Amino acid sequence: MARTQKKVDAVIVGLGWVGSVMAMELTAAGLDVVALERGPDRKTVPTFAYPKIADELRYAVRYELMQRPADSTVTIRHNTGQTALPYRRLGSFLPGTGVGGAGAHWNGLLWRPNAEELRLKSWIDERFGADIIPDDMTIQDFGVDYDELEPYFDRFEKIVGVSGKAGNLNGAIMDGGNPFEAPRASDYPMPPLEQTYDAVLFAKAARNLGYHPFPKPAANASQVYTNPYGMQLGPCNYCGFCERFGCLNYSKSSPQTCVLDALYQRPNFEYRTNATVLKVELAPDGKTATGVTYADAKGEEVFQPADLVILAAFQLNNVHLMLLSGIGPPYDPATGAGAVGRNYAYQMTGATSLFFKNIDFNPFVGAGANGVAFADLALSQMDFAKNGFIGGGYQSSQQTNGQPIHHLPLPEGTPAWGAGWKKAVGEHYGHSMDIVLQSTNMPYRDAYLDLDPTYRDPFGRPLLRMTFDWRPNELKQAQFFKEKAAEFGREMGADASTSFYPDGHYDTRVYQSTHTVGGAIMGTDRQTSAINRYLQSWDVHNVFAPGANAFPQNFEYNPTGMIGALTLWAARAIREDYLANPRPLM
Amino acid sequence: MTDFAVDRRDLLLNGVASVAILALDGLAPAPAMAQAGPDTLENYKPVYFDAAEWAFVMAATDRLIPADGEGPGALATLVPRFIDRQLAGDFGKASRWYMQGPHDPDASPLFGFQLAQTPAEIYRIAIPEVDAHCRTAYGQAFAALSDADKDVVLHDLEAGKVDLKTVPASDFFAMLLANTKEGYFADPRYGGNHGMQAWTYIGFPGARASFREWVGQQNTPYPLGPVSIGGERA
Repeated sequence: MARTQKKVDAVIVGLGWVGSVMAMELTAAGLDVVALERGPDRKTVPTFAYPKIADELRYAVRYELMQRPADSTVTIRHNTGQTALPYRRLGSFLPGTGVGGAGAHWNGLLWRPNAEELRLKSWIDERFGADIIPDDMTIQDFGVDYDELEPYFDRFEKIVGVSGKAGNLNGAIMDGGNPFEAPRASDYPMPPLEQTYDAVLFAKAARNLGYHPFPKPAANASQVYTNPYGMQLGPCNYCGFCERFGCLNYSKSSPQTCVLDALYQRPNFEYRTNATVLKVELAPDGKTATGVTYADAKGEEVFQPADLVILAAFQLNNVHLMLLSGIGPPYDPATGAGAVGRNYAYQMTGATSLFFKNIDFNPFVGAGANGVAFADLALSQMDFAKNGFIGGGYQSSQQTNGQPIHHLPLPEGTPAWGAGWKKAVGEHYGHSMDIVLQSTNMPYRDAYLDLDPTYRDPFGRPLLRMTFDWRPNELKQAQFFKEKAAEFGREMGADASTSFYPDGHYDTRVYQSTHTVGGAIMGTDRQTSAINRYLQSWDVHNVFAPGANAFPQNFEYNPTGMIGALTLWAARAIREDYLANPRPLM
Repeated sequence: MTDFAVDRRDLLLNGVASVAILALDGLAPAPAMAQAGPDTLENYKPVYFDAAEWAFVMAATDRLIPADGEGPGALATLVPRFIDRQLAGDFGKASRWYMQGPHDPDASPLFGFQLAQTPAEIYRIAIPEVDAHCRTAYGQAFAALSDADKDVVLHDLEAGKVDLKTVPASDFFAMLLANTKEGYFADPRYGGNHGMQAWTYIGFPGARASFREWVGQQNTPYPLGPVSIGGERA
């Protein structure tokens, strides 16, 4: 029999970006809030303190800060005819756990999506005609427009603290920024980071090739900054231990550096760590949640009653909890009925390394989001009919670390071991630069999430099952961008190169991106979305699920900016509309 | 190597300090034992491997990263010690991995690790099977073969051409190679990359982690050698 805690106004599942920002908003509205975090507590000191954090093996190879598959994982299959197998050790994607979530060990790329991508179905219909969309490609509109979200993007960028250069300020195109971005009400809170040499060379080549390069928007401080919560960031020291690590220098934006110490001062906030939420409990009529049941550090079950439940876990875990709790009808790919699990999507990425024997790049000098990008081939700029695929992407230079176990590119054809390998690592380390691709991934009728029939987690719950593979549309897109990167190699006179772009089935072993999205998508039609445009469950109105689970398809830009804006957008709906009269908002 | 000999006493002292740090923060990858005499493989008493396994790992890592040519080899950097300690610790036990059955060892490699055995068990099972293959094909255990024959065996393992009874040869080889490179490049606190020789060789400054004034220095080699988490300098 579960122990029962004192009832609170709101319980938040997960204390990453979504959970911490939502907690600030709800405590500001006077609610008593408890956050339940499945992982351990994490603070800049001692968790991320130097020199212990500068340990590639522990953090970047053994994944100390990430989800442990032993505790929580998924099963994966390429299609509905296969038996899914457990994702036993991390590879392709790295979900976070612990206080700060993935927001503690991300790189800090903070983008806004293209305006067109938030109403993608409508935009494609208008521009190309609905017939261009293949039958099994289930593109949808988000149900919220860019103009509605702009104040929330703006607010989130100020909370996070972003270094960058506006390209479109209230409709005026600004030199040096991204000319293809949607209009912004204000510039980034800080000027761009200083760029490493690879970025200088990349920008020059990009201009020569006719593109419009600009500094990537970086949640790595370029100068001193105090955010609206009174939290302070100091300038990044380019330590080269950013992605997969916590920041030792109070420079990378994270819940730790931007939110939590402000939140912890609020008397109406409490958080509990090592508290794994097992299920959202529903009232007998199934229309509201009564709270959540979690397992504490000792494995004992605890019931936490609450009037409001915020699902702020990692995208996969939000969908898992909804399926386990019976929040909304599960999706069936055979009939298309049901919405929970629908439209799982990933991110099509790729990378080309160019080698220059006479250039010293000092690859260990790196910020997380250092680099220069161009958006001339963004989805909004593409002619789908001409290209033969629906999608777009951005390519950029990226020098984030020179850690030799997991990031030591060698020219194609180099032996994997032996004297030839040893000679090559001596010759090529420090003499290469990377051009990385991040591009869209469209949703498909049978790319989805459900509960696995065989494999279970340590609590006896079915694992989440992912059915996903690359489709011809995305594979064609990857080859398109691979050729664009090769043009850079020719333009820059590289001595040699190597590259990785998916060209067949999805490979779960190779790190590609942690931008897993969808599965509990937002929309304006309850038949085809699990949550409405306010991130509220259509079926259980006091459950909100802001996060990447809400994306109907994946846009080319990194998800955190959109996740933050949606969190603030949902918080406004809760504070200004829902609390006074709890009900379905649509 | 001359400098290495001069610094040996310092390195030994630093090695002791690293052990103390490991014990304090609770991440000890293995029960790192004190050892008598200089920090060499000869003086090291394996905590996981038995004598035959140790002979195989010494011989195999010596071919994967050989001593000849520029740069240190796997033995000079004490890579076998690293692997031994990793297998005795959390990595060897697969403590972070999902290990529940059913297992499908015939699964497509695209779905990643699917074996029922932990890394420690895989080494324990695979090494005698590789040695048995060598005895059948060459009349001797792996460690006794010529360098050329060792390389043939390793290539055959890599390509999955050797039929090990319990684990796929290519899976074992991939793990051995990955662990060897980890031991070559990881911080010395884990027992390999002895004297930070591998970092010095390629020009990686280790745990320095502070380069603000170096960002705008275009095409200029960074002038300082590495430091380790335990405070060693090279």
